[in-house]
Amino acid sequence: AIPVRSSRLPLLSDAMTAPAHLYPLIRNCEISRLCSTVCYCHHRHLCCLSSHFAHSHFRCAPQKKFAALCRPKEDFNYFFHTRDYASTPQRFYLTPPQVNSILKANEYSFKVPEFDGKNVSSVLGFDSNQLPANAPIEDRRSAATCLQTRGMLLGVFDGHAGCACAQAVSERLFYYIAVSLLPHETLLEIENAVESGRALLPILQWHKHPNDYFSKEASKLYFNSLRTYWQELIDLNSGETTDVKEALINAFKRLDNDISLEAQVGDPNSFLNYLVLRVAFSGATACVAHVDGVDLHVANTGDSRAMLGVQEEDGSWSALNLSYDHNAQNEREVERVKTEHPKAEEKSLVKQDRLLGLLMPFRAFGDVKFKWSIELQKRVVESGPDQLNDNEYTKFIPPNYHTPPYLTAEPEVIYHRLRPQDKFLVLATDGLWETMHRQDVARIVGEYLTGVHHQEPIAIGGYKVTLGQMHGLLAERRARFSSVFEDQNAATHLIRHAVGNNEFGTVDHERLSKMLSLPEELARMYRDDMTIIVVQFNSHMIGACQNEEL
Amino acid sequence: AGMFLRLLSDVRWRAARPKWRGATCSCRSTSSTAEPHPIALPAQAQVVICGGGIMGTSVAYHLSKMGWKDIVLLEQGRLAAGTTRFCAGIVSMARPVSIELKMADYSNKLYQQLEQETGVNTGYVKTGSISLAQTQDRLISLKRIASSLKVMGIPCEIITPKQVAQLHPLINIHDLVGAMYVPEDALVSSANVSLALATAASRNGVQIHERTSVSHVSVQKGRVTAVETDRGQIQCQYFVNCAGQWAYELGHSVGEPVNIPLHACEHFYLLTHPLKEPLPSNLPTVVDPDGRIYIRNWQGGILSGGFEKNPKPLFTEGRNQLEIHNLQEDWDHFEPLLSALLRRMPELEALQIMQLVNCPESFTPDMRCIMGESPAVHGYFVLAGMNSAGISYGGGAGKYLAEWMVNGYPTDNVWPLDLKRFGSLQSSRTFLRHRVMEVMPLMCDLKVPRWDFQTGRQLRTSPLYDRLDAQGARWMEKHGFERVKYFVPPGKDLLDLEQSKTFYKPDWFDIVGSEVKCCKEAVCVIDMSSFTKFEISSTGDQALESLQYLFSNDLDVPVGHVVHTGMLNEKGGYENDCSIARLSKRSFFMISPTDQQVHCWAWLKKHLPEDSGLTMEDVTWKYTALNLIGPRAVDVLSELSYAPMTAEHFPSLFCKEMSVGYANGIRVMSITHTGEPGFVLYIPIEYALHVYNEVMNMGQKYGIRNAGYYALRSLRIEKFFAFWGQDLDAFTTPMECGREFQVKLDKGLEFVGQEALLEQKQQGVYKRFTMFILEDHDADTDLWPWWGEPIFRNGRYVGKTTSSAYSYTLERHVCLGFVQRFDEQTGQRLVVTTDFINQGDYQIDIAGQRFQAKAKLYPFSSLFAQRRRKDEGELSGY
Repeated sequence: AIPVRSSRLPLLSDAMTAPAHLYPLIRNCEISRLCSTVCYCHHRHLCCLSSHFAHSHFRCAPQKKFAALCRPKEDFNYFFHTRDYASTPQRFYLTPPQVNSILKANEYSFKVPEFDGKNVSSVLGFDSNQLPANAPIEDRRSAATCLQTRGMLLGVFDGHAGCACAQAVSERLFYYIAVSLLPHETLLEIENAVESGRALLPILQWHKHPNDYFSKEASKLYFNSLRTYWQELIDLNSGETTDVKEALINAFKRLDNDISLEAQVGDPNSFLNYLVLRVAFSGATACVAHVDGVDLHVANTGDSRAMLGVQEEDGSWSALNLSYDHNAQNEREVERVKTEHPKAEEKSLVKQDRLLGLLMPFRAFGDVKFKWSIELQKRVVESGPDQLNDNEYTKFIPPNYHTPPYLTAEPEVIYHRLRPQDKFLVLATDGLWETMHRQDVARIVGEYLTGVHHQEPIAIGGYKVTLGQMHGLLAERRARFSSVFEDQNAATHLIRHAVGNNEFGTVDHERLSKMLSLPEELARMYRDDMTIIVVQFNSHMIGACQNEEL
Repeated sequence: AGMFLRLLSDVRWRAARPKWRGATCSCRSTSSTAEPHPIALPAQAQVVICGGGIMGTSVAYHLSKMGWKDIVLLEQGRLAAGTTRFCAGIVSMARPVSIELKMADYSNKLYQQLEQETGVNTGYVKTGSISLAQTQDRLISLKRIASSLKVMGIPCEIITPKQVAQLHPLINIHDLVGAMYVPEDALVSSANVSLALATAASRNGVQIHERTSVSHVSVQKGRVTAVETDRGQIQCQYFVNCAGQWAYELGHSVGEPVNIPLHACEHFYLLTHPLKEPLPSNLPTVVDPDGRIYIRNWQGGILSGGFEKNPKPLFTEGRNQLEIHNLQEDWDHFEPLLSALLRRMPELEALQIMQLVNCPESFTPDMRCIMGESPAVHGYFVLAGMNSAGISYGGGAGKYLAEWMVNGYPTDNVWPLDLKRFGSLQSSRTFLRHRVMEVMPLMCDLKVPRWDFQTGRQLRTSPLYDRLDAQGARWMEKHGFERVKYFVPPGKDLLDLEQSKTFYKPDWFDIVGSEVKCCKEAVCVIDMSSFTKFEISSTGDQALESLQYLFSNDLDVPVGHVVHTGMLNEKGGYENDCSIARLSKRSFFMISPTDQQVHCWAWLKKHLPEDSGLTMEDVTWKYTALNLIGPRAVDVLSELSYAPMTAEHFPSLFCKEMSVGYANGIRVMSITHTGEPGFVLYIPIEYALHVYNEVMNMGQKYGIRNAGYYALRSLRIEKFFAFWGQDLDAFTTPMECGREFQVKLDKGLEFVGQEALLEQKQQGVYKRFTMFILEDHDADTDLWPWWGEPIFRNGRYVGKTTSSAYSYTLERHVCLGFVQRFDEQTGQRLVVTTDFINQGDYQIDIAGQRFQAKAKLYPFSSLFAQRRRKDEGELSGY
C-alpha cells in the first residue's frame, strides 16, 4: 500500500527546489501553469495520483481525502494570497532550537504509574505528537485508561473535509468503546446514578495534551446519545461476557450511526445544529488500539495504520502490521466494495484509486455524502442553516451515486497476543506512512527506545576506501546517532526523521528547516498532517505472563 | 597484521623437536600442524610458565640466562599469537614511573641486540618518538618526563613545533605548543621479538610446548606442586602466570585463588596501504596524547591507534578462546581517533585503508603492571596486565621477575608493580570493568599532582563517612578505602574537577592552610580508619620472640608502650614501617600503612613459626581510628574521660584502654603520626559515631574542626617524617633515613636485617634521606613540586625527591628525597657522609626549571617545641 517507495528520496530532493522557482510564476499570476506545476511536483512527491489530475483546477491539492471537492473557495484564495509572501522575503532557515520548538509544540508523554516500584501494566507508557500541515490541523489523537474495565485505549483520527468529524470521534469514540466493554451491573449502576442525579462513576481517565480540547457546547448532546446507547445495552442484556472485538465493532458502528442521526434530527441550538451537520458532512478515519495485559486489539477504519515493533533475537528490528489500510491499494477492500453494489456500478465505484473517484479511504466516520440517499442529503441541506446551503461541497452529489451507502465506519479488528519481543506499537495517520516505510519506522523507534543504535557495522572488505572518505562516512553516521538524543519523545523523534531524512536516512537539518518553514499554504503540498502515538510495552510483565501460563 | 601472519606461518614452531628451529627453516607447510603433539610433556620441571607471549618468553629467556634450565613453557595456541602478535610494536621509554622507565630502557637495549644474539629478525628500527603537546599543561607533563629521562642517561629533548615539522614531514603543527623528542625509541615486530626470546630460551634448554592449555594449578600446604594441562600433569616447584588477559581466570583455577586484578578492553588501530611515496622506515613515531592517538610508520604506510574516551571492556564474564581473532572492527567507535589522526596529518586523507585491527589489551586498576609472587601460594608467580605497554616493558619485566624467582627479590624496588599491592577487594569483575573503563582513557589524559581515580569508589568506608561527607569532605582513595583530603567550608565553592587540575598552586591551598593552623593552635580530628591493623598474641612468649626477630626495634617494653619500628628484610630494607603497641605481656597491636594489608600479612605468615599457640588476626575492619591533633587534644580527651591526660599521666608513645563519653574500651594512643601533640583513638566501630559526636561537641569550646590527609601530609613532611611506600621501600634501611634510634642492634636478640645494618653502620650509607627547603620558589606562580623531581648537587645529579608538600609554618615548599654520591669518573656509588650533604649547593628540577634548595638532615628544632621524648622521634603517618 505504500506508493513507490524506492524512488521517493531522490524525487523528493528535486521537489524541494520547487518553492524557489514558484515565486516568479506566482507574481505573473500564471495560475494555471502554477497549478499544474504544483500538482506536478506534488504528484511526483507522492506518486499516488494519475497524471491527468494535474489539469483540473479543482484537483490541485491532490492529497486531500477528497480529490476534487476540498473547499474550492479557500483554494482559490490561496492562490491569490500567494502574492503576499512573494513581496516579503522568505526566511527559509530555522535554527535548530526553532526547529525543535516547532517539532515539540504538540508532544505529549504518559508514563504508567508504578506501584511499589513495579509496573504491573503491560504498557510502560506512550509518547505522542502531531505536526500540522493543514491549518488548522485535521488530525486528532486520543488516549485514555479504562477505569471500570481494565485496559488502555489509544487512537489516531485523520479528518478530511475539515476537522469536525475527527474532533467528534476523538471525543466520543472511547466512551462508546468503554461502555460496550462494561458489564451489565456496571451499566446499571451508572444508569441509576444518572437517574438519581448521583455522581457518576468515572469511565475513562484521559491522557491529553493541552491542545487536545473537548467541545463544551456539544457535551450534553453527546452524553444523551451515549446514554441512549447504554440504555439499549442494558435492555439487550445478553448475559454473555463482553467480547472485545465485538465491543469495538459495535462502538464504531454505533457512534457513526449517532453522528448520522444527530445530523438528521438537528438541534434547536443553531450553533449545535451547524456543528452536528459539519461533523456528519466531514469525515474521519480511526485507528484504535485496546491493550489489556497481553491482549492487544486494533480496530481500524480507513487508512491510518497500526504497526508493532518487534525486536529479533539478533537485536535488529522488524515491523508487524496490525491493521489493513482501507483504500484502493487493498484488493480485498476493493472487492468488498464491489460485492456490496450492483455489477453495473463496478466501473464507477473505484476510479483513480478513489471511492467514486473522490474519496481515498474506503471506510470512514461521517461522510454522510457517501452514506445517505440523495433525497435525505437534499432535505437535510435545504432545511439546514444558510452556511450549509452556501457550501458548494455539501450540495455536491457524488457522481454515479445509485445505491448508497457506499461507505461504512465498521472497523476491521485484529487481535494480537503480546510476546516479550513485541516492544512497542506505533499508531499513525497516513502522513507518516506516506513518507516512511514501516521497516524504517520500526528501526528508528526501536533504536530510540533502547538507546542502542543498531546500524550495520561498516566493513571495509575488499573495497578501496581512503581515510578521508571513511571519515566523512563516519561523521554522517555519528550525526544520525546524535539526533536520537535531541528528542525526549519517540513520536517527535519519528517526525523528525519523517520530515528531515535525506537520501542517507540521516536527519538533515537544512531539509528539516525548509520543510518546517513552508508557508501554511504550501506545507500541504509537501506533507500531510502527521499524528503519531508510540506505545511502549513492558516486556518483563509480558514475559512473566507468558511464563505463568507455560 | 598481514606481515605478522605471514611471519608466523613461516616461523613454524616445531614441537616435534626438542630444539626449536628458527626462522631459517621457513616454508613449513600447514601440514606440520597436522601432527599435533608428537612430544609428550615432561612429568616434572622446576618451572612451568603459562603463556607464550612476550611476557612468558621473556621470563623464560631471563630465567634460562640466569642458569635455571629445567623450564617448560606452555602456550594454549601458538607462540606470540595473542595480544603480542597484534600489538603495535612501539618501544617507548617516556614513562612517568621510574621503575617502568627502567624496564623500558632495558627492553630497548635488549631488543636492539636480540637479532644478533638469536638470528631471528626482530624488525628493530631505532626511529625515535615525538610526543606532542597541544596545551601548556601537556608540555609541563612532558617536561617532567624529560627531566627524569635525562638523569637516567636517556637522550631526550623538548623541541619547538618548527623542529617537529623538520623531524616529521606530515605533522600539522599549527595547534602545537611544543613536543618531546626521544631519539632512542624504537619499533619492533613484537611477535618476532617474542619468537627471538623463545629461540634463545630454547637454546638454553627451555622446553616449549604449543597448543597446551593449563587447566589447573595444584597447591599443597600453600605451595605450588603441579600443573594440570589438557595433555597431562607436570609436577613443578614454580608456576609463572603470563597468560595476559586470561591471567585473571587462570589465577582462579587454583585451590586457593590467586587474585590478579586485570580486565581486557578492545583496542583498535588502523593499518593503511603505503603512501605514494612510501614513508621511510626510520620516520619517528608520533604520540599525540591530546588527540589520544599514536602514529607509526608501517610498511610505507602508517599504523595508528589510540586510547578512546569510551573504551569497550570485554570478557568480563571471562569468555575464553584459543586465539584472538575475529573480533569485530568497529569504525564508528574509531571515528574520534580517525578525526584526530586526520587533524594531525591532513595529507593522509587520500591514503587507502588496509584494515582496522581490534586487539584486546589488558588493563589494571592503577595503570601499572602486575608482577610478583602470590601472597597466598608460594611458588606462584605472575607477570601480566601491561596496560598496552607490553613490548616496552617485556624485556625489563621478564628480567625483574626472573631475578625475583632466582634471588628472592629483584635488583630494584618493584613495589609499585607488586601483585601484593592488591587484595581480593580489587578482584570484583564489576569493579575491574568499571575501573579499566577509566584507566584506558587515562593513558592519554593529563595527570596532575594528586589526581584520583573516580570509578570503583566508596568500596571501603569508615562508619563516619556520611557524617564527614555532609560536612564538606572531599575524598581520595587508598586500597579501596575512602579517606578525606580536606573539608570544604560551607559556602565556599571549589573549582570543578576539570578546572582544578593544575601543576600550579591548587585551589584547596587556603583550606588546607587553615586546617594546618588549627592543628597547630587548637585541635583537629582526622579519620584515619584505613590503616592496616593486626593483633598478634600467643599463649606463651612466642609472640614477643617472633616479633623481636622480625622487627628491628626492641619490643620487650612495658605493657602500654608503643614502639615505632621497621619490619626489615635481610638487606636491612623496609618491608614495612609500623607502630606496635604492647597490649599485654603476650599480645601486640600493630598498625601499618593502608596498602600493607596484603603484603604485611603475607610477610608475617611466611616468617612466623608454625605454632598453634601463636595467633594473628587482621582487625582492620574492627576499629575506627580518630586522630586528635593539636595542643588542645589533651583538654578534649580529659574532659570526655574524666582522666588526666597530661604528659605525667599519659606520656608520649603510650597506649591505654579507657572510656570516652559513654563508650568504654577505647584504645587511646599518644601518637599522631605528625609529630604534633595529640592522640589516636582506636574505637570499636559500633562506638565510632558516638565517640565522634562526643569529641566534636566537647571540642567546640577548644575550637575543634575536621581535617584531612592533606593537612596531615603537610605536617609530617615539614617534620621530616618518612612515609613507607612513598619515601621508604625495600631498598632503604633505617640507617639511610636517620632512624638508627629505631634499630636496637644491641637488643641481645638476632633480628632480620641485623647483619646488613651492622655492616652499614661500620661502612657508612650510600644514600641519605634529606629534607630540602625550596628557596627561590614562589608558591603562587611557580610550578609545584610533586615527587620524582631530580636533585642536583653542585650541578650534578644526585638523586630524586620522593615526596613534597607546602609547609604552612615555614611558608616554603619542602621536598624529601635521597641523595646519592656518584664517582665523577666511574659513576660508581660512594659513601654519603653528613659533610657531603651539608657542603653541597642544591637545586631541585621541576619540569626542567631548577630551584635553589637548602638541604637538611634534621628537622627544624623550633618546630619541635612540643616534643617530649627526645630519643623517640615519631614516625609519620602512612
